[in-house]
Amino acid sequence: MSSGYHIVVCGSIVPDPWQTLEPVTGPSGPALKNEMMLPAVLDPWAGHALFEAADLARRCPGSKVWLVSLGPKAKLQQVMMTIGQKAAFELVAMDGPANGFTDAAETAAALAGAIEGIAGLDRTRLLLFGGWESASRGAGVTLQLVGERLGITEQFQGVDQLSVQADDRFEILERIEGGCHQVSVCQGPPAVLGWATGHLPEPKNNPQIGMQNMRLVMPALQRAKTTPIPNEGLAFAEVTLPAQLRETRIVKDQSPEAIAREIVDWIKE
Amino acid sequence: METILLLVHPEADGTLARPALEALTATQAVAASLTDGRYTVGLLGSGTDAAANQIASAGAAKLLAIADERLAQARYATDAAAAEALCRAAGATVVIAPATARFNRVLPGVSHRLGGRADTHVSQLEAADGALSVTRWLYRQRLRSRLTRAQRPWMLLVDPGCHPAWQGEAGSATAEPVALPAELVVRTEVTGMKAPAADAQTIRPDAGLLFVAGAGWTKKQADGQTHVPDAEQLILGFLKQTRASLGSSKSLVDLGGEGQAVLSFLTHLNQIGQTGATPRHPKGLSTCCHGEEPHTVGWRFITERRAINTDGNCGWARGKADVLYIADAFAVMAKVNELLAAQG
Repeated sequence: MSSGYHIVVCGSIVPDPWQTLEPVTGPSGPALKNEMMLPAVLDPWAGHALFEAADLARRCPGSKVWLVSLGPKAKLQQVMMTIGQKAAFELVAMDGPANGFTDAAETAAALAGAIEGIAGLDRTRLLLFGGWESASRGAGVTLQLVGERLGITEQFQGVDQLSVQADDRFEILERIEGGCHQVSVCQGPPAVLGWATGHLPEPKNNPQIGMQNMRLVMPALQRAKTTPIPNEGLAFAEVTLPAQLRETRIVKDQSPEAIAREIVDWIKE
Repeated sequence: METILLLVHPEADGTLARPALEALTATQAVAASLTDGRYTVGLLGSGTDAAANQIASAGAAKLLAIADERLAQARYATDAAAAEALCRAAGATVVIAPATARFNRVLPGVSHRLGGRADTHVSQLEAADGALSVTRWLYRQRLRSRLTRAQRPWMLLVDPGCHPAWQGEAGSATAEPVALPAELVVRTEVTGMKAPAADAQTIRPDAGLLFVAGAGWTKKQADGQTHVPDAEQLILGFLKQTRASLGSSKSLVDLGGEGQAVLSFLTHLNQIGQTGATPRHPKGLSTCCHGEEPHTVGWRFITERRAINTDGNCGWARGKADVLYIADAFAVMAKVNELLAAQG
């Protein structure tokens, strides 16, 4: 495509997976204990989407990438310091909640509104990227809702590969049941792609990209509008940690043959 | 009172697969509490007769069907239009559907068109005092929540493996036809499927056992060398004999990025855990797996768990597995394969 793509990546932050999560009940509903103190990372599948977007933009001259993110401004700033060195993008930030208890439909409405407000965005060239699920809410619905609000009816979820063909059509591989991929050919943008893992490793930090991004990231964060998510109509009856501990029987000092016999008997039960 | 619609789609052979029959069980239970057992079934596909006949004795008050050749392909534009038409025809306030890739793709968007809400990965539905609530997991299966919503229609995608599959006699059923809009803008063609070769297919959702291969298989062993070809042979040999499903505890991207060898038959789709799947199987055997949360969420939904590990204090197994064998997985799995081969 001679004029390139306008790629909007929706993605926010989640607690670093290594952190212990404990639910608490706050004045406005459930929350995570010490939520604002937990180190945050870019949502993993949204991260894959961002890296795929940056790679596609690099291969298709004239393309541009925006990262649209709804999250607590202070935490967004921390995460952007890292992620801003890995891929070139322009940040569109909204200051609001990003935890697993926020309503996906209201989040989608906020994201769609922010995308509609991007100056210079050509909706005929729009590719809406994001993770197919977040590591917080895990809803797997937000991108579809944003797509519907933007009037996009070519949607793909669990995407592992996007190939631009010689005639500018896309070949898309989506995850389906049983470890298989569904192969589709889409005539081109606009389209929604919820990424799974993709095929790209996390890029190494590039200070040059970081410098370039930071010129726009800080003003974007300063401009970030307060965006409440009231969770209208949504009520959590309970949020609990699962019972995790099992009584583990430790078997040691046994020969591999004895262990193997026990395992085979168990499998055959 | 709620109006309940079960949405299902037949597979390529025209019949309903297990996830659809599980969703039927869930629907019947909810309907028994909320609507005196009344519910409607909506079918969408290129042909729906066989599926309708398959559940003829399930007790649905009404069957609606969109049988249209354009639905032979699982794509957003046509599937969303069909699901929307069925929901409108049923006047549904609660829509229950199996969480298949096809429905996960479209039903959230349909909920927007209908002014409702959608929740995915529902593992349990409860109806008490005329109110419906659902259980779903948050933070990649690390927190469990039970929630209710005021908005309708409420679309609920039920994860496979959470309910028993409905069993009943097939019969003869006539579904009321619903039309798919004639004018639909469709810019996508499904051109095929990519599946591993039959002998390389290692993901088996219906398997009784999940075999989890940890990163330890590709690490240096006691002799200071890696033995990746041996590991591959042992794992594939085990999978071939048991028809188990294979999960990987660590991202291939991570392993590749660390310059480590990778088991050649693993794909991203095998990955379980924080950025992978959380499959449901009756039994799980993990080997050479290490790490604490969040990796262990990969086998959150495995009922019976056993692990082979050289580290007795490993957080993957201690307190997470029912039995932990402290042993060399290479030696044990070689013997397991021998025994399985001997037993035929």
